[in-house]
Amino acid sequence: MDSVLPALYILAAAGFILALKWMSSPATARRGVMAGEAGMLLAVIGTLLRYEVVNYQWIFIAFFLGLAVGVPIAYLTPMTAVPQRTAISHAFGALAAALIGTAEYYRHMPHGFTMGALVLETLLGFLTFTASLMAFAKLQELLPTRPMTYRGQNLVNVSLFGLAVVVGVALVISPEQTWMFPIFMTLALLFGFLLIIPIGGADMPTVIALLNSYAGLSASAMGFVLDNNLLIIAGALDGSSGLILSIIMSRAMNRSFTNILFGAFGQLHTSAAQATARPVHSATPEEAAEILDSARTVIVVPGYGMAVAQAQHKLRELLDALTRRGVDVKFAIHPVAGRMPGHMNVLLAEADVPYDKLFAMDEINSEFPMADVALIIGANDVVNPAAQTDKNSPIAGMPILEAYKARTVMVIKRSLSPGFAGIDNDLYYMDKTLMLFGDAKSVLTSIVKELGAVPRAVENGNGDAPHFHDARMPDATGKLQDSNLSTFSTRTAEKKV
Amino acid sequence: MKSYEFGLWVFMLAVFLGFELIRRVSPLLHTPLMSLTNAISAISVVGAILITGEKDAPSLSLVLGFIAIFASTTNLVSGYLITDRIIKMFKKREPEKK
Repeated sequence: MDSVLPALYILAAAGFILALKWMSSPATARRGVMAGEAGMLLAVIGTLLRYEVVNYQWIFIAFFLGLAVGVPIAYLTPMTAVPQRTAISHAFGALAAALIGTAEYYRHMPHGFTMGALVLETLLGFLTFTASLMAFAKLQELLPTRPMTYRGQNLVNVSLFGLAVVVGVALVISPEQTWMFPIFMTLALLFGFLLIIPIGGADMPTVIALLNSYAGLSASAMGFVLDNNLLIIAGALDGSSGLILSIIMSRAMNRSFTNILFGAFGQLHTSAAQATARPVHSATPEEAAEILDSARTVIVVPGYGMAVAQAQHKLRELLDALTRRGVDVKFAIHPVAGRMPGHMNVLLAEADVPYDKLFAMDEINSEFPMADVALIIGANDVVNPAAQTDKNSPIAGMPILEAYKARTVMVIKRSLSPGFAGIDNDLYYMDKTLMLFGDAKSVLTSIVKELGAVPRAVENGNGDAPHFHDARMPDATGKLQDSNLSTFSTRTAEKKV
Repeated sequence: MKSYEFGLWVFMLAVFLGFELIRRVSPLLHTPLMSLTNAISAISVVGAILITGEKDAPSLSLVLGFIAIFASTTNLVSGYLITDRIIKMFKKREPEKK
């Protein structure tokens, strides 16, 4: 038996590595999940069979409870709420690591290197726990998403962290001083809590990725405490993954970690958002439909506003209607579109947009000059040309989608209000830009309808349509219902052809 | 070689391997990647089982270990299932095969 168990752990580690390898493309990704599941199963079996493990009843009760909570979370979480779920699962993972470290400290009181690893494990674990809870509360909008700042905030945070490190080092030097451990714990918990307070909604993708990394590193440190290579490997994979993602995210916003953690973006620049009344060209959905219809290539730039308006399914109908008319439609996805890395791709995939229509920023930017129309829906800062032209802009240097290079730019937006960065967008005032004011979903509905996806209006539009609030288009309730019904019927009709 | 020294070697190699693997992941899949690595980091369950199931574990270990097993099992289960759910949504062409 003793020679079989290490083999199980080695196979488990191989499973995790293959899982990540197969995540490289959508074609093999499901195989990757299975490899990961198999790895985890082997790891759990390999642990349960170890001779040290003799009491099973508590283990199985906890298993069962975790199963009872985990399964509903997995199936009931809407795709828009995946960032929140990710944040709460970082909190759970970090809590587990921190508690195991705590138990291990009081049980065996390790010394030297092992104690150092234990201190690192619990420090990262506890701070990630409260930080992730805060991130969850902000994403779930239980707390205001805008940055909260106060005087001397950075000094408080840095000195708190410094203090935690000092107590941690003292614990490594003399682990017998058990009275220090609760202080150490409290400092770590408090620091995690305060760390997220100044961070705004726009920075969440980076922060979630960073917390992912911390949770992984904490698990890896646990591997050193328990002398378990499988934990070291799995934690290191997780830690490096989170680190890479947060680097990608912060690069996509042209900001450094220190700037994100201590800069309180948005708050600093709100004064820059003076509403100078400049003229814009606005257009009706009818005009927009005409232009789209005559275009050969259209690049859609979706932003989080699109998802907030729940417009992804309408967007897909627009894709269908345009594709049917021979228009080439592509989607340009900025790395920070959405609330976590890759979130926008998931939202569009859920609406059945084929993934070969989705292009990352580097792939699509060279195509904007050839595009007849760039259709911007609910995105703002990521298409703001000021990032390239205005050196004094707060977003100067941030990589953007070069939508302004398209022949015609269309922007669907509720109003001219500035985005997360709190700055005006020159794109809206360009001569070739047409503003379509209104709720993304209703504007798209009207465009799809105009495009003749609806050959014949349905008569019984009795106004029982889904929730709809936009004062600008009083008669749209009926319209919405009509086009819902009829696009559906045209689509089914088309499949038979 | 001391066991922690060996552990550091393992850690170093795993970090580099992780970097190489993650760099190759398509940006399309960054969200499921994150939920997958979440699920993988639920490997903490191994540590939790070890401290909970130990012979004559003190009640502090039992309580903390119990919470840790619960928390990491929740992560493990929801992490893998939601990753699979997300990945199933990625389709190359419109679902025409009917």
